[in-house]
Amino acid sequence: MNTLLRILAWLGASIVAVTIVESILKSLKNYQIMGSDIITDYGLNIICLMGISISLAVSLQLINGYTGQFSLGHAGFMAVGGYVAAFITKSTLTGANPPDQSLLGTLPVYIFALCAGALAAAIAGLIVGIPSLRLKGDYLAIVTLGFGEIIRLVIENIEAVGGPRGYIGIPKFPKWTWLSAGGFEGTFSSLSWIFLFIIITIIVVHNIVESSFGRSLVAIRDNEIAAEAMGIDTSFYKVLAFTISAALAGFAGGLYAHLYGQLVPNTFNFVRSVEIIIMIVFGGMGSITGAVLGAIILTGLPEWLRIMAGLRSDSLPSWINKSLGYLPDLRMIIYSSLLILIMLVRPQGILGNYEFSLSKLLGKSSKNLPKTTEEKKA
Amino acid sequence: MSGQAILETNNCTIRFGGLTAVNELNLSIQPNEIFGLIGPNGAGKTTVFNLLTGVYAPTEGVIKFLGQKVDGLKPCKISAMGMSRTFQNIRLFSSMTVLENVMTAYHVRTKQSFVDAIFRSSKHQTDEKAQRDFSLEVLEIFNLAQFANEQATSLPYGSQRRLEIARALATNPKLLLLDEPAAGMNPQESVELMHLIGSIRERFKLTVVLVEHNMKVVMGICERIQVIEYGKSISLGTPQEVKNDPKVIEAYLGAG
Repeated sequence: MNTLLRILAWLGASIVAVTIVESILKSLKNYQIMGSDIITDYGLNIICLMGISISLAVSLQLINGYTGQFSLGHAGFMAVGGYVAAFITKSTLTGANPPDQSLLGTLPVYIFALCAGALAAAIAGLIVGIPSLRLKGDYLAIVTLGFGEIIRLVIENIEAVGGPRGYIGIPKFPKWTWLSAGGFEGTFSSLSWIFLFIIITIIVVHNIVESSFGRSLVAIRDNEIAAEAMGIDTSFYKVLAFTISAALAGFAGGLYAHLYGQLVPNTFNFVRSVEIIIMIVFGGMGSITGAVLGAIILTGLPEWLRIMAGLRSDSLPSWINKSLGYLPDLRMIIYSSLLILIMLVRPQGILGNYEFSLSKLLGKSSKNLPKTTEEKKA
Repeated sequence: MSGQAILETNNCTIRFGGLTAVNELNLSIQPNEIFGLIGPNGAGKTTVFNLLTGVYAPTEGVIKFLGQKVDGLKPCKISAMGMSRTFQNIRLFSSMTVLENVMTAYHVRTKQSFVDAIFRSSKHQTDEKAQRDFSLEVLEIFNLAQFANEQATSLPYGSQRRLEIARALATNPKLLLLDEPAAGMNPQESVELMHLIGSIRERFKLTVVLVEHNMKVVMGICERIQVIEYGKSISLGTPQEVKNDPKVIEAYLGAG
């Protein structure tokens, strides 16, 4: 009963949060700064991409950051989830007997498709995880990298989902009723799905990490031999963390598919996996807040550099205008120098394993620790 | 010996290639005793521990714990049956606090399921509280409660050793294997440790097996001692008997 209430409370709170954020965006829509719109479809697209990156980074944190198993196959699981979800929605909604086109008719299809994508990714994670998690360190990284590429190559050879040309015509997300007057098409409604999913991902990962199970995962990272000797079934927990991580990535993949309405196998190559890893290394291994921060900064960076270039104007000295003009071309160099800088100055990532906590911020101990003897004496 | 032994090995042998690390070892440990396992450096004492706890499977022979065959089982399964250990080179969970180290070991007894944890059900909350209360209680016994929120690896060496024992106790063991618990401790700390081992045995109704080089500790608390050399048992008896055994003297000091 308690549990059910909690789930309902979460869902309610998440929907309220999503509504508030969207209302703010919606109200900003009519305002302009320096002659350009504050909220554009392009900007919303970037925010959506950031959101997907956040959920990918947070879910990868579970296996790479907390359990300490270096996995390089995250893009592969994202692809499985994306393709499965896209296949289900496309074949149902544009198939022979499409359901009622209203929100009530299509919403269950989307939810079912996304969950099926997550499930498929979880199964893929299980299949990959069981044999490969016997390996450690670099070997595990190589094997997961290989599996990720295998998944991509298999998809490239399935003609039903477009093969190497890509899978097009995937239905985009339906509009939510309370936003139907918003004036934005697909992107805007994707945003609410993505927001909701970020909240779910963060809550799930956070609750796992802050429980007995999370301590077991961290124990595996800290000292696998001691963890095993303390009765923690290390292989089981590694596979479990891997599977949950893959499921969340699969869900994010489904969101990605319906955000763009098309999927190209090549976007899920190992470079994508490496990007997600860079996000968590950048933000701090073992910190959810760090993963969020890393995802926002690194997804936004190339776009921000582009925006900077757009700031050129006649009132600025010519050398500034000139250097701003070079920025977009230099973005890969800036990106990589930033990473090198972080690794030199702060190898543990921006946040290390610091975790943002509202209760800590308000001066309340989140752990409700009883007073230690020294405090009692004082 | 009689059949009610808590732990028994029968001709237990392990070979690493051509090296026979443990050779036809017969151990029989009675419930509630403090049993010492000693021998010169490289005699195979830690290998015996690794065999008993399942890190290695014996090449030959049988290991029985609580009357059940345990050789070949995974270490976590053996640990869950009630055998816990500490390590010669300290293996604490370095990124965790002192309290979390002990709570982690409680996980074998956890009553919450994974779903409880994700949804923060009331089962999860009572279980977390039980873990915390028990762990603090154990830390209190080990005089570590005031460091509960410190990083485990920031403790002094002697305290880290005690924390390892505390952590091992959180798995609710029936048999506790201590691998050189007094290593690196000063004489004062060693004496305190002896009393501590004695008191936790009473309190938790434990059987303790001890590998130790500090003879004062071994002779002081062990009721029976087995001496091994080159993986073979050379003597078994009370501390007095072992101390006067010519074979033991030869092993430690060489033939006269």
